[in-house]
Amino acid sequence: MPHAESGDSSSAIAGPARHNARRWSRIAADIAQPVAALILFVVLWEVMCRVFKIPAFLVPTPSAIWVDTWKLAGQVSMHTLATTQTVLLGFLASLIVSLPLAVLITASPVIANTIYPLLVLTQSIPKVALAPILVVIFGSNELPRVVVTFLVAFFPLVLSIAAGITSVPPELIELGRACRASRWRELWRIRLPYAVPFVFSGLKAAITLSVVGAVVGEFVNADKGLGYLIVTSTAFFQVPLAWGALVLLSLLGIILFQAIVIIEQVFFPWAVDTDKQAV
Amino acid sequence: MIVLDHVAKTFLTRGGEQVVAMSDVSLEVKRNEFVCLVGPSGCGKSTLLRLVAGLVAPTGGTVAIGGTRVTEPRDDTGIVFQAPTLLPWASVLDNVLFPLDMMGRLDAAGRARARDLLTLVGLAGFEGKFPRELSGGMQQRAGICRALVHDPDILLMDEPFGALDALTREELTIELMRIWQEKPKTILFVTHSIPEAVLLADRVVVMSARPGRVAEIIDIKLPRPRDFDMEARDEFQDATRRIRGLIFGNRGARKT
Repeated sequence: MPHAESGDSSSAIAGPARHNARRWSRIAADIAQPVAALILFVVLWEVMCRVFKIPAFLVPTPSAIWVDTWKLAGQVSMHTLATTQTVLLGFLASLIVSLPLAVLITASPVIANTIYPLLVLTQSIPKVALAPILVVIFGSNELPRVVVTFLVAFFPLVLSIAAGITSVPPELIELGRACRASRWRELWRIRLPYAVPFVFSGLKAAITLSVVGAVVGEFVNADKGLGYLIVTSTAFFQVPLAWGALVLLSLLGIILFQAIVIIEQVFFPWAVDTDKQAV
Repeated sequence: MIVLDHVAKTFLTRGGEQVVAMSDVSLEVKRNEFVCLVGPSGCGKSTLLRLVAGLVAPTGGTVAIGGTRVTEPRDDTGIVFQAPTLLPWASVLDNVLFPLDMMGRLDAAGRARARDLLTLVGLAGFEGKFPRELSGGMQQRAGICRALVHDPDILLMDEPFGALDALTREELTIELMRIWQEKPKTILFVTHSIPEAVLLADRVVVMSARPGRVAEIIDIKLPRPRDFDMEARDEFQDATRRIRGLIFGNRGARKT
């Protein structure tokens, strides 16, 4: 907690004006530098491709990627939406399943010993190998893709939620017991709120993995989606379009990740701070 | 008020080994008495506190409060831990109200009492702050308010000032005596600091380790109200010297 004190005193000395100036310079450093680096990278890429005359089917220039992707903007956005849907459905499924699962695992050693081996088993199966079998089971539709996404994403989420539930200081549990709180109340009022920062670090891992899972699902069986777009466009040597899909996938990942960061900052500002202290 | 009658506590380790935390401890604490427990690590001071709190059950003997045997936590006991362990997501006021809330006894009177307590420990105006915005000493003040909010008649304190710096520690020691003078309670106070124990207590219970047992109980006859100037007095010096002798003398004797 000495952090709080030192932060207070330094801002008191600096005053509001200098505080503001420092904030702006920090924002500039946080945003301007990465953006500049990115632009430099894209320019270098373009120049290299042109100078060394690299064929477009090997590494297309950024401008070619842009032109080819923009030409099919309508179709590409349809694919992007399809992938976003799969990612979000799989992500939601993993959240809905992970929370009660983590509570069960932490509730008793007997349950933990029963469930853990099964969980480890599901994690040891390569999801790419499982995907075609899931298509046979669930049919050629959205469901197998969502299930693959879920299977890829949920495990780290279960682990981090369980870690959060069990990391409550023993004194708080004793305090709850001294107030004769029921186990349900203890879970709801002490353990789960305490796990919030852990839940969010798990969610950040899960959303990134969800994108991976959705693409795996689309590779195996899909008629739309960015993964599907990559498979079909490379098959027809429309390599710049495949690269465009790749860029969109990474953008999708970044946006969804940042959305979770913002949700945490808006609804659980105290958790963000404890997060930073832990680091 | 609190009667421990030949209390023993044995723990089972994970390897199935039996560890005797304390054996044959008898102690009687009068109403509104301030009793400090000192002793080396592993003498069962914290275990004794948890037995009185009803958080653990003795394996031998009985613990009774006001003539009733303690078998589970009772409503009229407050606990202060070494770490403040406030809820990071709740404001200072909500943290203080937490026990009332957990017991389902949250009402207007409770809120008013919480505000009064915060004023008493000098935290007026900090009700809406979050724990991370408070210094360690302020957090522990809030922790003390939390233990007092349901107006318990027994206050159990497990090295409450152990994690604080020396100056804050002295400040809170004086403050605790003031609170106790204003709202008399039976206090069991575990500490590693011999001067702290002598300054605070009516009686100091010196414990020895492995197995934990009461080595001696020393009456402190310093007048009240007390302050740190009393450390120079002969009674103070005699008491600390005696306690030191009991703790370190025993250890020396065992080694030879």
